[in-house]
Amino acid sequence: MSIGIARALWSYRGFILGSVKREFQSRYRNSLLGAAWTVLQPLAMITVYTVVFSELMRMRLAGMDGPYAYSIYLCAGLLTWGLFGEILQRGQTVFLDNGNMIKKLNFPRICLPAITVINALVNFSITFSIFIAFLLVTHSFPGWVVLYALPLLAIQVAFATGLGIIAGVLNVFFRDVGQFVNVLLQFWFWFTPIVYSMETLPKSVRSWIRLNPMTPLAHAYQQIFAYRLPPDWQSIWPVAVLSVGLCLAAFLLFRRRAGEIVDEL
Amino acid sequence: MGDIRVNGLGKAYKQYPSQWSRLAEWIMPTAKPRHVEHWVLRDVGFHLKEGEAVGIVGANGAGKSTLLKILAGTVRPSCGEIAVHGRIAAMLELGMGFHADFTGRQNAVMGGQLLGLSVEEILQLMPEIEAFAEIGEYIDRPVRTYSSGMQMRLAFSVATARRPDVLIVDEALSVGDSYFQHKSFERIRTFRREGTSLLIVSHDRYAIQTVCDRAILMDAGRIRMQGLPVEVLDYYNALMAERDHQAIRQTALPDGRVATISGTGEAYVVDVKLLDEQGRLADSVEVGQPVRLMVTVRTRTSIPRLVLGFMITDRLGHCIYGINTHRLDQPLEHLDAGEEIEYCFSFPARLGKGSYSVSLSLSREDSHIDKNYEWRDNALMFHVVNVRQENFVGCSWLDARAEISRHGPVTQPGTSSAASP
Repeated sequence: MSIGIARALWSYRGFILGSVKREFQSRYRNSLLGAAWTVLQPLAMITVYTVVFSELMRMRLAGMDGPYAYSIYLCAGLLTWGLFGEILQRGQTVFLDNGNMIKKLNFPRICLPAITVINALVNFSITFSIFIAFLLVTHSFPGWVVLYALPLLAIQVAFATGLGIIAGVLNVFFRDVGQFVNVLLQFWFWFTPIVYSMETLPKSVRSWIRLNPMTPLAHAYQQIFAYRLPPDWQSIWPVAVLSVGLCLAAFLLFRRRAGEIVDEL
Repeated sequence: MGDIRVNGLGKAYKQYPSQWSRLAEWIMPTAKPRHVEHWVLRDVGFHLKEGEAVGIVGANGAGKSTLLKILAGTVRPSCGEIAVHGRIAAMLELGMGFHADFTGRQNAVMGGQLLGLSVEEILQLMPEIEAFAEIGEYIDRPVRTYSSGMQMRLAFSVATARRPDVLIVDEALSVGDSYFQHKSFERIRTFRREGTSLLIVSHDRYAIQTVCDRAILMDAGRIRMQGLPVEVLDYYNALMAERDHQAIRQTALPDGRVATISGTGEAYVVDVKLLDEQGRLADSVEVGQPVRLMVTVRTRTSIPRLVLGFMITDRLGHCIYGINTHRLDQPLEHLDAGEEIEYCFSFPARLGKGSYSVSLSLSREDSHIDKNYEWRDNALMFHVVNVRQENFVGCSWLDARAEISRHGPVTQPGTSSAASP
């Protein structure tokens, strides 16, 4: 079953990559600085967090005393959350946004979420390169430990893709889903230890926060970048299993409803 | 290649009374369905053979576009089988899913990729696409600045950049101006000569008659009739006039053509004859010969107004001439039941040689759409022969006279300087 999808994606790779390229270009079409904005935006974000939290508010991370420690802690969680949020948010509107094309042309619909995911990955890799550059410049690069982030990212992308496709398909039939996902993302973000750390929470709340599948991931990124430690794989496994489950559910839902999507648009 | 076989095809859309009932059905798949099936296509079966051109006609909402969408693969059928051999290129509606913010060129590349071409192939075809679309520098501007005609030009150029085995066109061509329509039909004809099958939806009678080998009439989601374009279109025409469900009769004429009669029958044609100037029946007429078309009409009920019209069409169904008593300012008013009216139209048969057919219409107003007492296709046939006049071509004898003046060699100053004394 997944072979069919893989084959469809492969034979339409030209279209997928072309669309990613076009979408990237179109974002800065009528701007003077063009692609420079892709760099400027994350740069501004990192600068703001560093200045505000590290310099002005003098926030320090428990157990780390570098001036940038908190800002690194923050970015490690925030940037990866950005990838997750973008895939989920774009995924839930992917079929609605491309309704025009879906109705008029015959092509494997699975290309559309693929374009969304690749697009988010492109944006993320630019942002993340800036982050890495920032780490190098401030002499806070954690070393080879960063390679642990790759499997974590794969799990997070799989999680977001599965959930995004499910939301995308459901959103065609129930527009409430789109609204709901936006609200959900707000809460989800603040119920994940990204801005704060687990240790600052009361004990009774911690066990609830641990149930959030994003918590171990965010924690693992923070471990890698702020503390230069390998992630705690024990806590990652359940999330990985959940991601695979979500992708499977997304695939089944998509296959079942793909025909009806066209009827609804 | 280029063969489509369709069997028992049907398409139903699910209609839910509310979003909540849809949710209930999703959550409880085993409970009784809460939706109503709305069938837009039912029991559709036909065979598009290799190299054949089939036109689909029918009123709005008859299911034509849905059928094409299913064949093109964008909409999934609810039941039935489709067997397609060959590469299909489809132009459904306008613009084939163009992206408004991208330039025409980018959209052409994207469209080509979706048609299964590689970027290299598209770039190779691009000069040809540009040349055919004739949209000039607009090719590098965003598609949102395009007029609908320009979108259609680009879409058609991309869709037909490489000859498909089957070309599916849904009315889109009617958007273009007549120049581009002509050009696209020329391309379609070329494709057809090379073996492309064509499936086209159009309201343009002329387009269907000139391009198609066969026509399919769709009505309320079903195939109502299949056959020669002329016959199907006549039937469709009659159907259009008969919105109040009158019986339509079609009878085969001796020469294989079909005469279609429709109408309320409140007034009807009793007799129609073509007479020569001596009053003899003429089924063969000399070019330019004065003739009289005699029509006897009877009323069945009392009617407020009666207009008789006749139309002469050639072998292919193209209208050569038509007029009615409304346009001649001679409508009849306040007719009683059982009245008999004799009409005589006299005119010189300034027609080219060939066979012609006369269709008659009895209506209340100028157009038979409004109130159709009787519409009679192919009520009378006649032939025009050319024995006396010069041997001209075409369907209309314009009786041209030539005046030619011929002059001796003209001496031009400067070139004949040697000859001047």
